[in-house]
Amino acid sequence: MLDRALKGSSRYWGWLIFLLILMGIGFVLWLYQFKVGLKITGMSRDVSWGFYIAQFTYLVGVAASGVMVVLPYYLHDYKAFGRMTVLGEFMAIAAVLMCLLFIMVDLGRLPRLVNVIMYPHPKSILFWDMIVLNGYLLLNILVGWNALAAERKGIHYRTWVKVLAYISIPWAFSIHTVTAFLYAGLPGRHFWLTAIMAPRFLASAFCSGPAILLLICFIIRKLTKFDPGKEQMRTLGSIIAYAFILNIFFFLMELFTSFYSQIPAHMDSLIYLFRGLDGYGRLAPWMWTFVFFSIVALILLIVPYTRRKEDTLVVAAACVVIATWIDKGLGLIIGGFVPNPFERVFEYWPTVPEVLISVGVWATGFFVLTVLFKIAVSIKEEVAA
Amino acid sequence: MGISRRGFLKVAGLSALMAALGKSGFELLRPGQVEASIPLTKGKRWAMAIDMRKVTPEIIEECKKSCHHYHNVPEFDNPKVEIKWIWGEEFEHAFPDQQHEYVSDLIKSLEFPLLCNHCSNPPCCRVCPTGATWQREDGIVMMDWHRCIGCRFCMAGCPYGSRSFNWGDPRKAPKELNPGFPTNPEFPTREVGVVEKCTFCNERLAKGQLPICVETANKIEKDSFIFGDLSDPDSNVRKALRKHYSIRRKTELGTHPNIYYIVA
Repeated sequence: MLDRALKGSSRYWGWLIFLLILMGIGFVLWLYQFKVGLKITGMSRDVSWGFYIAQFTYLVGVAASGVMVVLPYYLHDYKAFGRMTVLGEFMAIAAVLMCLLFIMVDLGRLPRLVNVIMYPHPKSILFWDMIVLNGYLLLNILVGWNALAAERKGIHYRTWVKVLAYISIPWAFSIHTVTAFLYAGLPGRHFWLTAIMAPRFLASAFCSGPAILLLICFIIRKLTKFDPGKEQMRTLGSIIAYAFILNIFFFLMELFTSFYSQIPAHMDSLIYLFRGLDGYGRLAPWMWTFVFFSIVALILLIVPYTRRKEDTLVVAAACVVIATWIDKGLGLIIGGFVPNPFERVFEYWPTVPEVLISVGVWATGFFVLTVLFKIAVSIKEEVAA
Repeated sequence: MGISRRGFLKVAGLSALMAALGKSGFELLRPGQVEASIPLTKGKRWAMAIDMRKVTPEIIEECKKSCHHYHNVPEFDNPKVEIKWIWGEEFEHAFPDQQHEYVSDLIKSLEFPLLCNHCSNPPCCRVCPTGATWQREDGIVMMDWHRCIGCRFCMAGCPYGSRSFNWGDPRKAPKELNPGFPTNPEFPTREVGVVEKCTFCNERLAKGQLPICVETANKIEKDSFIFGDLSDPDSNVRKALRKHYSIRRKTELGTHPNIYYIVA
């Protein structure tokens, strides 16, 4: 099936070459970072995790969201999603790969990575995150690949594939729950110390991932003969609507607990994010952008007319992606470190090399995604023809 | 032809993956040697009581100098990448939860020496994925700089900001700020990309010597830093704590810090 990736239009190859260039730039800068250390990033003694870990967190959500097309198909026998499950699974593969790469570029001593396996410490959530992420990657490769191979041959997938698909459903929830636990169990990081961190992560995952998938489906329909289906996209729209409303609801709950209790440590990070603290407020414009896009997305998703109409649904999906990315890919991680344990504000902002390395990782993910989707779409076109 | 090309791509992909994994396994055969060579000392729960009635900013400065000199901690003169094992901080920042508008002038004027609290329930050790930071039987929270992968989970886990990361190569710290670096050939220098912090001078304890900061401080002002075993009711630390009122940093978090500050 891999050979489908080797035959494509000039647009396909142009896109891959463009991604390869971004990957190359990122890789060269990463080599530089590997040589001189993480001092080339904006991270500091006070904000010791930054853009890399924030992207990692966001992408774990995208990976987990694959379950939103897998679950209705396998569990509720929602046949219409049969066309899309493999897209969800392949998106999960690309997202988990990016997650692993973001962890790797963030490590101070990458060659020692295998110490996590050589000296396993199950008390560390990072140990479990490694297990669930790699397990999820494997599950999606096995299920996605074999289901697609069966489709190509015009036969029903084997029973063991279905068993693995069932396993992958709770597994998807586990990857984002465990990722939330990375943050939600740390004493002294009040912004993260919240029991609804995992539910919040899942809600934001289940709207942002399907929103990305929806946007990709529109592109696929434009560029190929394969149609993911009107009904399918409409169902995705409903999933995005419910999950995004839930996501915003959870966020408002955080605001209530912090500002009604009036406990300074619980308010400080939020004040820093939205208004600035002690004269520092670099993230405030971003957070208000998040608010703006959230409101637009909410309106477009709640009003039945705009949710069902395809062009407004696309706008809503784009708004959801922007809003959730700012919330999780910027605010959540940086906000957790500001103010620092001495209640001082030390600001963080990613440097150019840091952003370009991140772009390189994203490009790698999109490269894998493009190749996998190319294979899937080619086979679906062949089967349809 | 289709089959063979497909087969080829599978094999090529797998071999690339194996090569990548094999390469990274290289550096892993050596770590873990360090802690095995350190003999455990007799103490059961090392702790420090710092007498704030005696400590001056000069004492803290001297402690910092001797500690950083002894442990080859480089100076960068840049808060973004700085590494510190012991340093001074105002009451407001050392005890943000106990700060208020009308705190006494005396307390306000003080500088508190801060260092790793060697918590009895250390969150840093809980979150470390490799056991590169761990608690010894005598309570010291130790670091294995040969095992640390530089994930910085411990820095997120520490509520006291006691941990520093080598953002750059400490051996390449600016020469003009670090004359004669490494200042102590007996003590290892670190490499880029690992976390470090105060070790309660475990190697000095093993030789029956006091931590270097305690020695330095007490040379200037006798009994300003009191170091001893909390599990021994007759230890100097226990005696001092029995007699005076002391506070600890962020006790509500349940980490049970072992640095006590005598304030009255």
